[in-house]
Amino acid sequence: MVEVSLSGRTETVAAIRDADHPRDSLIARFGADKPLKLDAGVSLSPFQIAYKTYGTLNAERSNAVLVCHALTGDQHAASIHPVTGKMGWWETLVGPGKPIDTERYFVICPNVVGACMGTTGPASTNPKTGKPWGLDFPVVTIRDMVRAQAMLLDHLGIESLFAVAGGSMGGMQVLQWAASYPERVFAALPIACSTRHSAQNIAFHEVGRQAVMADPEWRQGRYLLEGTNPRRGLAVARMGAHITYLSDAALHRKFGRKFQDRENPTFSFDADFEVESYLRHQGISFVERFDANSYLYLTRAMDYFDLAADYDGVLANGFKGAPTRFCVISFTSDWLFPTSDSRAIVHALNAAGARVSFAEIVTDKGHDAFLLDEPEMFAIVRGFLDGAGAARGLDAKAAAG
Amino acid sequence: MSTLARENANGIGTGLSTAPGSARVDLLVVAGMIAHGAKVLDVGCGDGELLRLLTETRGVDGRGIELSREGVNQCVAKGLAVIQGDADTDLADYPDDAFDYVILSQTLQATRQPRVVLEHMLRIGRHAVVSFPNFGHWQVRFQLLLAGHMPQTDILPYSWYDTPNIHHCTIKDFRQLCTEIGVRMQKAVALNAWGGPLRLNAPWWFWNLFGEQAVFLLGRKN
Repeated sequence: MVEVSLSGRTETVAAIRDADHPRDSLIARFGADKPLKLDAGVSLSPFQIAYKTYGTLNAERSNAVLVCHALTGDQHAASIHPVTGKMGWWETLVGPGKPIDTERYFVICPNVVGACMGTTGPASTNPKTGKPWGLDFPVVTIRDMVRAQAMLLDHLGIESLFAVAGGSMGGMQVLQWAASYPERVFAALPIACSTRHSAQNIAFHEVGRQAVMADPEWRQGRYLLEGTNPRRGLAVARMGAHITYLSDAALHRKFGRKFQDRENPTFSFDADFEVESYLRHQGISFVERFDANSYLYLTRAMDYFDLAADYDGVLANGFKGAPTRFCVISFTSDWLFPTSDSRAIVHALNAAGARVSFAEIVTDKGHDAFLLDEPEMFAIVRGFLDGAGAARGLDAKAAAG
Repeated sequence: MSTLARENANGIGTGLSTAPGSARVDLLVVAGMIAHGAKVLDVGCGDGELLRLLTETRGVDGRGIELSREGVNQCVAKGLAVIQGDADTDLADYPDDAFDYVILSQTLQATRQPRVVLEHMLRIGRHAVVSFPNFGHWQVRFQLLLAGHMPQTDILPYSWYDTPNIHHCTIKDFRQLCTEIGVRMQKAVALNAWGGPLRLNAPWWFWNLFGEQAVFLLGRKN
């Protein structure tokens, strides 16, 4: 009875094409002389990073803002997405006149390592075999993503970033940036994130991965080779995850117990409720643009993230003497990365003597609030960047492209 | 409680004199005690008026803690480094000697444990600046003694049942606390009901009677 459409196998070809030759994106290629050293103990080489830029780099090269995307995001932060045709995932925050103002700042948004929109990942072609990497792709970490981004900045000739910003997994990258390359980050905006993935979060991810792997079309990760696609498993993973991005209150406000296009229950397992129909839609539209193996790799990267563990369990040591100014933002109804996680970041930054601001924003929209229309967040991001820009000597007019 | 505390910290509804385009007199007195370029923590910083004054006029590296979410978000949107937190619980998280000055402006009387807060301030900072309304002011004494009701003045406008101020003290009480915990009083200013400073050579009893509010610069005992 579940009408998840499983028609068409042409997406296999499309997936490989997007992974190797991303549309509407810039590509930085790193050859054998520039391998990416991974935490797993191996090197990735050659590899490529797909990225987008918005705005203009000023003459001093001092106005670059790195935007880090979340688990299912990509480089298309503030422009039309080539696959979905929808606006970029952070067009609420990034663009001309927006809080991350592309008339002032040079915004760089790279696709992370392990993803599927043009940066090397499991759907990319393995140069040794000429076939998709699949599960032969090495497991990557948040630190690996950041290491790759640092190589991209070297490639672009940008020594120091004015700011690094991101939410959720993007926020983890922001924190890793500040810990790994403090001298390259003037201002950091970690939003709705944590310095470590909790047991509950790992548990949710594991359910998602098991859903993918339980799909017979997954074929032990070899679905691209075998011309199948674990759409059903990935859709279920997305449906489960999507619930964690919302709040009980938001679901109730949006859907309540309303029926979908019907007056009465059908006494079947059809999508009687609006909320069911909505989740099914979320699942189906997700599989059109995302690679199932990438989902496994990126959720794993988040699970492994524990910044304090890199510093003998003392988070503050990771930020000791940090010259970076921080603005930490959380949302009241975010139960995936609750405010207490952000408070732990703030405590560590205070203990390290870092310059930190922290704001909790009242909203019932849950974790996804960082992507949505939140005027208070906009005001805070704008104010924080204005203040940091003044300290950096960024002149609004001179920087304008 | 949180909103009231913030409003109190800002002097909203407290009747503190503010000429248009100029800062409150008590904030100017506090600012006058801070060295240029110092590292400063403002505990209970409200909407950031004092932090902004200190940044603009003293060139300080300023941070703030504020209980109310509205206050914090206003501060951050102004580009100030402020976090949401509670003076009673969160000062313990700061390391020793992190700041040159820790300021508690019009907030001491709203803390649950003023003594602990004061001790933390002088652990975190080499100096502490504390300003508070003086409960020994003649108007306060007069209302309780002759009218027989809890005092309500311009600077203490709250009814007894909705005040955020739970630990009032007089200038005399505060000096005694400083002596008890071994704090060095480096400077003190008392302001009368019109915001004017009382004579420096006036005796303490005179300050305690005619000072509507007081500002103290404190240091550690060597």
